[in-house]
Amino acid sequence: MTATAAPPQAVAPAEPPVHKASLRKRLVPYWLLLPGILWLLVFFVLPMLYQASTSVQTGSLEEGFKVTWHFQTYWDALTEYYPQFLRSLLYAATATVLCLLLGYPLAYLIAFKAGRWRNLLLVLVIAPFFTSFLIRTLAWKTILADGGPVVDVLNTLHVLDVTSWLGMTEGERVLATPLAVVCGLTYNFLPFMILPLYTSLERIDTRLHEAAGDLYARPSTTFRKVTFPLSMPGVVSGTLLTFIPASGDYVNAELLGSTDTRMIGNVIQSQYLRILDYPTAAALSFILMAIVLIMVTVYIRRAGTEDLV
Amino acid sequence: MTDKTAGGDVRLAGISKHYGSFTAVHPLDLTIPQGSFFALLGASGCGKTTTLRMIAGLEEPSTGTVSLGDREVTQLPPYKRPVNTVFQSYALFPHLNIYENVAFGLRRRGIKSVKKQVEDMLELVELGQFAQRKPHQLSGGQQQRVAVARALINHPQVLLLDEPLGALDLKLRRQMQLELKRIQTEVGITFVHVTHDQEEAMTMADTVAVMNGGRVEQLGAPADLYENPKTTFVANFLGTSNLIEAEVLEAGAADVTVGSAGATLRLPAARCSTTPKAGGKLLVGVRPEKISLVHADEEDTVAAGRNKIRGTIAASSFIGVSTQFVIDSPVCPELEVYVQNIERDARLAPGAEVVLHWNPEHTFGLDAAQDIDAGIETVEEGA
Amino acid sequence: MRWLRRNLVVIAGLGTLAYMILPNLVVTVFSFNNPTGRFNYAWQEFSLDAWKDPCGVADMCGSLALSLQLALWATIGATVLGTAIAFALVRYRFRARGAVNSLIFLPMAMPEIVMAASLLALFLNMGIQLGFWTILIAHVMFCLSFVVAAVKARVLSMDPRLEEAARDLYAGPVQTFVRVTLPIAAPGIAAGALLSFALSFDDFIITNFNSGNTVTFPMFVWGSAQRGTPVQINVIGTAMFVIAVLVVLAGQMVGNRRKNAQPK
Repeated sequence: MTATAAPPQAVAPAEPPVHKASLRKRLVPYWLLLPGILWLLVFFVLPMLYQASTSVQTGSLEEGFKVTWHFQTYWDALTEYYPQFLRSLLYAATATVLCLLLGYPLAYLIAFKAGRWRNLLLVLVIAPFFTSFLIRTLAWKTILADGGPVVDVLNTLHVLDVTSWLGMTEGERVLATPLAVVCGLTYNFLPFMILPLYTSLERIDTRLHEAAGDLYARPSTTFRKVTFPLSMPGVVSGTLLTFIPASGDYVNAELLGSTDTRMIGNVIQSQYLRILDYPTAAALSFILMAIVLIMVTVYIRRAGTEDLV
Repeated sequence: MTDKTAGGDVRLAGISKHYGSFTAVHPLDLTIPQGSFFALLGASGCGKTTTLRMIAGLEEPSTGTVSLGDREVTQLPPYKRPVNTVFQSYALFPHLNIYENVAFGLRRRGIKSVKKQVEDMLELVELGQFAQRKPHQLSGGQQQRVAVARALINHPQVLLLDEPLGALDLKLRRQMQLELKRIQTEVGITFVHVTHDQEEAMTMADTVAVMNGGRVEQLGAPADLYENPKTTFVANFLGTSNLIEAEVLEAGAADVTVGSAGATLRLPAARCSTTPKAGGKLLVGVRPEKISLVHADEEDTVAAGRNKIRGTIAASSFIGVSTQFVIDSPVCPELEVYVQNIERDARLAPGAEVVLHWNPEHTFGLDAAQDIDAGIETVEEGA
Repeated sequence: MRWLRRNLVVIAGLGTLAYMILPNLVVTVFSFNNPTGRFNYAWQEFSLDAWKDPCGVADMCGSLALSLQLALWATIGATVLGTAIAFALVRYRFRARGAVNSLIFLPMAMPEIVMAASLLALFLNMGIQLGFWTILIAHVMFCLSFVVAAVKARVLSMDPRLEEAARDLYAGPVQTFVRVTLPIAAPGIAAGALLSFALSFDDFIITNFNSGNTVTFPMFVWGSAQRGTPVQINVIGTAMFVIAVLVVLAGQMVGNRRKNAQPK
């Protein structure tokens, strides 16, 4: 046998040829990253810096704006527009809770009860996406129209009495009230809640339900102790995907609400595009970003999951 | 790609692999003769797969060279080496059917008419009727055969097999071992087989290299490795060994006499992997099936000249063809003894006093400076 | 009563589904309306006028064509850039991985209006004319992260041994990529591209900030909500819905037939 094993104490043969991965090979990932990352740096990070600088500028449109480190803008913006901030967070939170309450049964139905209808139901969930969301939001103007069938039914059932007692509606109207705005927000972001919920529910082994039943858990207990905890990743990413865009939305408030339902998005939009008070607009959007990021971070810590999206 | 002329050996010279500060393979010299069935055997993480991947070109060695015959291929990328691999878990292309999977290598080399070759190859592995199926529609054993066909169709100089049977159940594994051996004899290509299963390595290979901690511990024919282990790792990893710590009483030219806890044992000097010196220590080993067992009352029936040890039966388990005993003895706790079930002695039950005896020729000696338990715990752990 | 309790989930789920589908029904029904005023919010009488002349409203079909064009280019751009990033993230070890991952994640974790406003700040400061190109830049930017997420998921689940096997079987780097990597990663890339197209086509907030005088289809709808909503908007909405549903159903049928043709 010509084969020999190197003795255990053997050192490498004299002057061994040492091979190193070529420079070209090591640069491959950087070449792949370069264009996309550059795009994000120039059109996502750089704009943030510009906005930061804008937010501490003073001046006017005619004379031009200059960086004067005028942090007062932030304080002024916050004191002047805190009702809109609070309203945005309240509407977004309400819509998120409603999305969860409405979306969970549907996600559960598709994941566990739909059988051969599963694919059809999934298509129906994403189908609304196929029509421009602005057109669909406008349709709510028809649905919630004064004196229309929906409002009539709610009125007859005295639902509107309750909601107006809660300050969500006024008189016999739904349109142009907070209820209409929240209803629109809920509608627009429901698919973003249902899809992550469905994904995490679908992963649950149905034998776990049987095991829980076998271990003397009643259906409601099984849900509380087994199904819901296992669906937490879906709940977390669903609520984030709903809350974050809803908090900055101004479309629903503009189309379905009134001047009394203006959200912070409406303020930023009009400051930037109509009033042209750029420093205030920039400060407002930074405050919104900070609030959302802080809330999201705290929420993720609390929910104890790092699994996002 | 076929080069069946002499000198088609695989030669590894000073080859090693580091990942940062971790050394997966220590500098290693190895020659694998053309046409042999060579096995790299070891527990997971011993460097056997890394060695294989360096031959394939999938891993660049940190030092050293790889040669096929007279040609050095160290710098050649895998697609330019006349070497093919059967991957662990097969790595069949999921988007191509079986026919296209097998034809893949031929097509990449620009061969237009592949039909005849592919059909012949599918016949060889008995999968002719599955040509249009997708890989996920085949069973594990069938997928494994496709992987072999896909590699062999290129007539490589060397076929590398990375734990090819690891995902199969025991019965199918036995069947595929014979099948692979048949194919190897039929095509006459060098097979380099990586496995952690010592039985698989011993049944299939002509030569086995036992690897441990990035080094080759011992290399040889299966029977040779089994009978003459040179290290405690090999003694324990291949089958089971009883290792007794003993003191050398007399080191003659032909025979060595050692003593342990009052017992005196003899062994041939030629079977010692180290040079014993009188007064020094030696590990004395004997395989469980070489030992005979008699009840203490019949000690006088043991022929003179045999190695003898007294002990007590601690446990016995009946497994059909044989009975396995664990014996407690002052010489060594937990000695294992396998006795063929020819005539069973009812007195040999736990608690009974017994005498163990065996032919001194069946004893081997190892360097006492080693870890006596090396290779034991890793035996049953798969990759 | 017991039946009701047992099927509570089904009833609640279908209720939600009805809530989600209702606006689409309204859009469809009102595409056959013949409203008296400028707004198409109240039912008057059945009419096929809008369907007979879908482009009868000034500028609407132009804006639709513009949106399709934008979505197409944004999809191509985001898919190419995003796929490259996804491959780099999954297949290579390099410095600053964490930073790259956060940079990809941040645009998805930020209210759209913040990105919209800051991009406008950039364009205003640099004196760039708002229009087609600024919209395209913005769309590629926010679609990029979604493509990376979709492709990454697919490439992560792909066995790296497949590419090794290809290289072992005489396929060079280019051949390996074209014959093995790309076909296997294709579903992820397609999902990312479809998502990009949908996001870009339907985007309003970022476009609203960065379009200048250019009018995309969502911008047209927004404007008409102030000036008056032509029935043709509903015609386009309905047609889009029907076409998309047909495409999805056809895709599923092809998929099913393929599955049935290859018994397990």
